[in-house]
Amino acid sequence: MLKKFTLIVFTTFALTINSYAGSDGDLILKKNQPSEIKDCFEKVNRATFAFNQALDGVIFQPVASVYRKLPSPARTGVSNTLENLSLLLTVPNNVLQGDFKRAGVNTGRFIINSTVGVLGIFDVAQFVGLNEFEKEDYGQSLAKAGIGPGCYLVLPVLGPSTARDTIGSAFNFLGGDPWYNITVKNDTQYFNDANYYSSKVGTGVDFRAKNYNSIENLEKNSVDFYASVKSLYLQDRQQKILNTKKIIDTQNDSDWEEIDSQ
Amino acid sequence: MKIKLIFIVGILYFLNLTQLYSIEPDVFVQSTVNRASKVLSNNEEKEKKMKELQIIAKETVDIKGIGFYTLGKVRKNLDEDQKKKYAKLFEKYFLKSFSSRLAEYTNPEIDVKSKEVLNENYTIVNSILKGTAERPEVKIDWRIYTKNKNNPLIRDLIIEGLSLARTQKEEFSSILNSNNGDINILFETLENFIQN
Repeated sequence: MLKKFTLIVFTTFALTINSYAGSDGDLILKKNQPSEIKDCFEKVNRATFAFNQALDGVIFQPVASVYRKLPSPARTGVSNTLENLSLLLTVPNNVLQGDFKRAGVNTGRFIINSTVGVLGIFDVAQFVGLNEFEKEDYGQSLAKAGIGPGCYLVLPVLGPSTARDTIGSAFNFLGGDPWYNITVKNDTQYFNDANYYSSKVGTGVDFRAKNYNSIENLEKNSVDFYASVKSLYLQDRQQKILNTKKIIDTQNDSDWEEIDSQ
Repeated sequence: MKIKLIFIVGILYFLNLTQLYSIEPDVFVQSTVNRASKVLSNNEEKEKKMKELQIIAKETVDIKGIGFYTLGKVRKNLDEDQKKKYAKLFEKYFLKSFSSRLAEYTNPEIDVKSKEVLNENYTIVNSILKGTAERPEVKIDWRIYTKNKNNPLIRDLIIEGLSLARTQKEEFSSILNSNNGDINILFETLENFIQN
């Protein structure tokens, strides 16, 4: 079944990539410009955002606040373990995006950190030169294949997304995420559903704790917190899709050029 | 012949002076950061720190330029009075928001790493905010407006690839779009923020 699914995904992608043979960095950049992405369901999105904020106040913020009090090595260990697990999703997406070099590096990272690094607690791979790491997912692979983001969405609990990224996430539950497959989908002797869901909650808490002050600060100093979060999410996705840290190549500077204040 | 020679020497002297007083963007960023760090590491009240940070911001940030950038295309439809009102409100809003955000940090250590000249008017300065037990290391890029070489100004902070000016622009755009582009609603929103 899994083989069949993988085959279908590969075939679909191959066809999609062919049909978008004209896609290049500029086109992907244009399609993923935050200002170009429509907020088709703004009222519903704002309501969901308010619900998520309430949920954050009751669950994530208090838990993250306690988590932040753990000793730094403990938090680093948890963070490393979760990042190591995310490689299971990153590697197939490296392959789908044709980035075989990174697929190799990430596979090496996963093998070394899962064994020598004691289930990913210690990032030993960085000491042997395997320190390049960027998370990839099916949303990014769809974007690389030339598929536009569609409307901006705010999902309950999960937060900001786009139509394309939501469809991408659905692939995880259709056999595209090996960690989901060995914990929830298939009955293995070693893992169960709790392992999968606790890793997802853990990722949320870890993210919230790492950005604890930034989120509080942003909320306090925003005149429209919803719009700020939307902008930051879409900028972040644009960066991740392009796999670039060079902001100068990814910004439309024309507006700046018009402003002459000196 | 003599006048020509004096003229050439004069020009060369002037060019030399201009070069002498021009400030390199990376040196400018490091010195601005050092000034801000000094304020933040003081054991003073938050309010006092905020006031000192506002003085630094007024001298080093192109608040007017950022203000009109964040307004987007709407700026073209404003009359002179509206432009003046907006510039005043935005400055107050910016200084309060900026200093309040920064005042939360204690003793931040920022190291300037490199710079990239985009064109005559812009240089991107790359820096790193050193990690602590509370937060990981953060990459910060500074968009420096260098049209006047003697007085470079900060126009944007790009934190881990996320532009603060762009975020601000989209925030204002959202307020305007939800209110049929009515600039007065934006003025009210800014006034409320400044007063609270």
